[in-house]
Amino acid sequence: MINTQHIGTPAKRVDGRAKVAGTAKYAAEFEAPGLTHGVVISSAITKGRIKKIDAGEALRLKGVLQVFSHQNRTKLADFDKSYSDLDSPPGAPFRPFYDDKIQFAQQPVALVVAESYELARYAALLVKIEYEQEPFEADFENRIGQAYAPEEYNSTPPPEPWGDADVAYSKAENQLEVEYFHPSQHHNPMEMHASTVRWEGDGRITVYDKIQGALNSQKYIMGVFGLAKEDVRVLSPFVGGAFGSGLRPQYQLFMAVMAALELKRSVKVVLTRQQMFSFGHRPKTLQRFSLGAAADGELRAIRHDVFAETSKFEDYQEDVVIWPGVLYKCENVKLSHKLVPLDVYTPLDMRAPGGTTGILGLECAMDELAYKAGLDPLEFRLKNYSEKDGNEGIPFSSKELRECYRQGAEKFGWYKRKKEPRSMKEGHNLIGWGMAHGAWEAKQKEASAKAILRVDGGLVVSSATGDIGTGTYTIMTQIAAETLGLPLEKVEFKLGDTSLPKAPLEGGSWTASSVGSAVKAVCDKLGQKLLELAQEKEGSPFAEVKFDEVEFRNEQMRLVKDPSIAIAVTELLRQNKMDSIKAKVNAQPAKEQQSKWARYSHSAVFAEVKVDEDLGTIKVTRVVSAIAGGRILNPQTARSQILGGVVWGIGMALEEYSVMDPQQGRFINHDLAEYHVPVNADVQDVEVIFVEENDTVVNPIGAKGLGEIGIVSVAPAIANAIFHATGRRVRELPITLDKLL
Amino acid sequence: MRSFTYTRAKDVPSALQDLSSHQDAKFIAGGTNLLDLMKIDVMKPRHLVDITGLGMKSIEERKGGGLRLGALVTNADTAYHEQVEKRYPLLSHAILAGASAQLRNKATDAGNLLQRTRCYYFYDTATPCNKREPGSGCSAINGYNRNHAILGHSEHCIATHPSDMAVGLAALEATIRVTGPQGEREIPIADFYRLPGDMPQKDTNLGEDEIITAIDLPSRGFADNYAYLKNRDRASYAFALVSVAAGLEMDGDTIKEARIALGGVAHKPWRKPEAEAMLVGKKANRENFMTVADAYVQGAAGFKYNEFKIELARRSIVRALMQAAKIDQ
Repeated sequence: MINTQHIGTPAKRVDGRAKVAGTAKYAAEFEAPGLTHGVVISSAITKGRIKKIDAGEALRLKGVLQVFSHQNRTKLADFDKSYSDLDSPPGAPFRPFYDDKIQFAQQPVALVVAESYELARYAALLVKIEYEQEPFEADFENRIGQAYAPEEYNSTPPPEPWGDADVAYSKAENQLEVEYFHPSQHHNPMEMHASTVRWEGDGRITVYDKIQGALNSQKYIMGVFGLAKEDVRVLSPFVGGAFGSGLRPQYQLFMAVMAALELKRSVKVVLTRQQMFSFGHRPKTLQRFSLGAAADGELRAIRHDVFAETSKFEDYQEDVVIWPGVLYKCENVKLSHKLVPLDVYTPLDMRAPGGTTGILGLECAMDELAYKAGLDPLEFRLKNYSEKDGNEGIPFSSKELRECYRQGAEKFGWYKRKKEPRSMKEGHNLIGWGMAHGAWEAKQKEASAKAILRVDGGLVVSSATGDIGTGTYTIMTQIAAETLGLPLEKVEFKLGDTSLPKAPLEGGSWTASSVGSAVKAVCDKLGQKLLELAQEKEGSPFAEVKFDEVEFRNEQMRLVKDPSIAIAVTELLRQNKMDSIKAKVNAQPAKEQQSKWARYSHSAVFAEVKVDEDLGTIKVTRVVSAIAGGRILNPQTARSQILGGVVWGIGMALEEYSVMDPQQGRFINHDLAEYHVPVNADVQDVEVIFVEENDTVVNPIGAKGLGEIGIVSVAPAIANAIFHATGRRVRELPITLDKLL
Repeated sequence: MRSFTYTRAKDVPSALQDLSSHQDAKFIAGGTNLLDLMKIDVMKPRHLVDITGLGMKSIEERKGGGLRLGALVTNADTAYHEQVEKRYPLLSHAILAGASAQLRNKATDAGNLLQRTRCYYFYDTATPCNKREPGSGCSAINGYNRNHAILGHSEHCIATHPSDMAVGLAALEATIRVTGPQGEREIPIADFYRLPGDMPQKDTNLGEDEIITAIDLPSRGFADNYAYLKNRDRASYAFALVSVAAGLEMDGDTIKEARIALGGVAHKPWRKPEAEAMLVGKKANRENFMTVADAYVQGAAGFKYNEFKIELARRSIVRALMQAAKIDQ
């Protein structure tokens, strides 16, 4: 792409107006004739069985239609495979209403369906449920001895050891053995999970679901209820944040569909904020490091052993231990990742799953080692800079991390830093400066798209991807407009609909890369068709021209070498008496070429904290985040994504914590008053720098994706800054004031 | 949420009449806490008497000095009232340290005083809680008790009162004016709240058949030397781990009178007049403040997750007094 009319320019969100004006509809906002409302009853116990459900009093209320539970459920699929979805870890997926067993706190045990939401909510209180309790295991620390390595992987298995980490460690002049602890955290998007199922008659349904990929909901419904594809259409045009919580279909979808099929009515089910703590979460994780460095600070040995929470029915995994090999040069590395089974719901991918956790531990531990070796933390990282991916032994397709360090450090003023902890002070506040670096995978997945250019000049491009608020609508519109030389207003991008061409789940930072490549390819294909149309005309100046000799600009196709030879694209359709012209593509990653290269985005984050030396209160006063994420498609939405990552990193470092009471077996701070995320007053000066990379390996559009790279190194930079301010290492998140008193 | 009946009262006598003639009735004004608790089935009134039509929405001068805050003045209108800001900045600051702007616009002054605890277990009906369900047990004592009491707790309940405003009023020695079937009476704020004892379900000494009509502020507002210091887990919209309202009456650098009230540490705003008295006639300096801080936390007993509050309270008292006395070191 030579043109840069749209790509790389800061376009406003194309869906911004609809969102602000309230015309953008979310799953819980859709209506249907005769819509009924379902309210979920959550288990009051953590483990055991349901002895009895008495719904008599609820059912006697006028307007209450049914109380569903395991006792009167629809016939469901028999095999685990039917319940698995596109993001299922190995194991047996949870089956709502399958039998009387209770496997985790707040497990859904019944659904009350009534003519109004208020009535259903009231009736839910009248359903009497008797339980038989069994002892449960919810105490992570006590269960670490039971940890096991999974038999089957759906993540990257821990890379095989290289060198001899134990021997190298024992010989290293600087040795460090530390443990870092990361608590459970819940995604808590602003929009609660919701499904509205419209009964279309004859067993057909249209579903509005909160999901990061409508195709996943469709697959799940087909599998569980045995429905045919043509009978289930799922739409998810807008998602009010998800952060991974919408990767897997959640149980409200199951309930709304079952009720609709049984009652032959339209049904809406919306979870409460408390119920948002009843399914997947970022797992509690303990990381043990043994790090060895030579006297001059050169890394000699890395051992990274991870213990992470999972449920007793699925082996949830994430890439926690791949980061030492990606981020550091070291000849002796040994890695392990084990799971600790608890009576909880299966953990679930949450923004940069594994990376956020692993890089936190790694970057704090490396900061400790840098101090041991007497090096400035940035100097230490430069000294141990990885020129290739140690896990795979292959070079990076691009890696502008040094430039991120340079620009970030300069903007931050890092070189004025005094190395000694507690060396900077202002009134009651100890000032600390910390840094960390990070990486995230730049993946491309297979994706399809179609495009229709109409004779009125309007272009509609579509793909069954999602937009969870990150700006997918906008960047796809930009890519299409760029490729065919159209103004943004003439392009419409459609997503979130199972009737559209297949796209991967919206996650993993691969949407810009995968769907963007498909959008570019389909627009190129349309362009080729337009060129062929032009060539059909006798005496056409385009007759002998190849596709790479034309360009699309100002709604025209023109010769690159002589732009005065041009024709309006609509004119081409008119000449051929066509209403429109269509194309469809399936864009595949160039796997062979890509496999020769390690493909990652990188970040360097610098943070300043002020810690009240008496009271322990922490303020993050400045953050500079420098990002190498390939080509930046839209600096405005890109910046917003990185800002969001910084805000979340502040929350992760200082606030977020789902408290499991091991005696109750429940997460007990299950509302937004007590589960803290940052407020505006917690976020002060944040600066974002993009160091562009020209990478032709990652995918045809050169974008690496920004969904996750923005968060991974924020919390460790803050934790390291707190050490610099106070001289205290807090190795357990969140870092609250009591840990500094 | 359970169904309930609803009436709107025109005046205080009819509000009291409505309340007493219905079973399990509650007054509702701003509803910022009550409605949340009803939605999660923690509070289950069968009847609500809407008192927003009763007037009591003005702030007036009292004879002999002081201000009278109508029970239904919003927290925002109180905090930003010219006379409150000028004469009782301690109260303004305390109110503005609580909740969010949206909540303060809706919540009333009397309602603020009557908000319920933020104990996690009180909010989770699947767990035992003596305050919610007397006799069921206390989950917090051996559970996650980070935001719980270090002073005045009992074996039945270790909850704290979450109001910031009440801590400010305790330091100012405000009086709560109430009306019941027997007529009006005044309750000094020091006697308004209760310790949990063996009846943690009862937060205050307000009678079941009474209504708060106003809050009286005495003439002395400590406007020259005051501080409201709130420690919490984020910069805004979080309840206090420990808060301190401090007011000093100074003569040069000598203290004539000191008021110290702690929030987030007990079932009520915590004062210890005999410790305050230790400062009278003393110089305002760190050493003297440390002595009084030590005295304030004497007898405090923490639990597994809130032991830190004792030291935090000590340091916060010193800091707040330093701020009130306008000394840096």
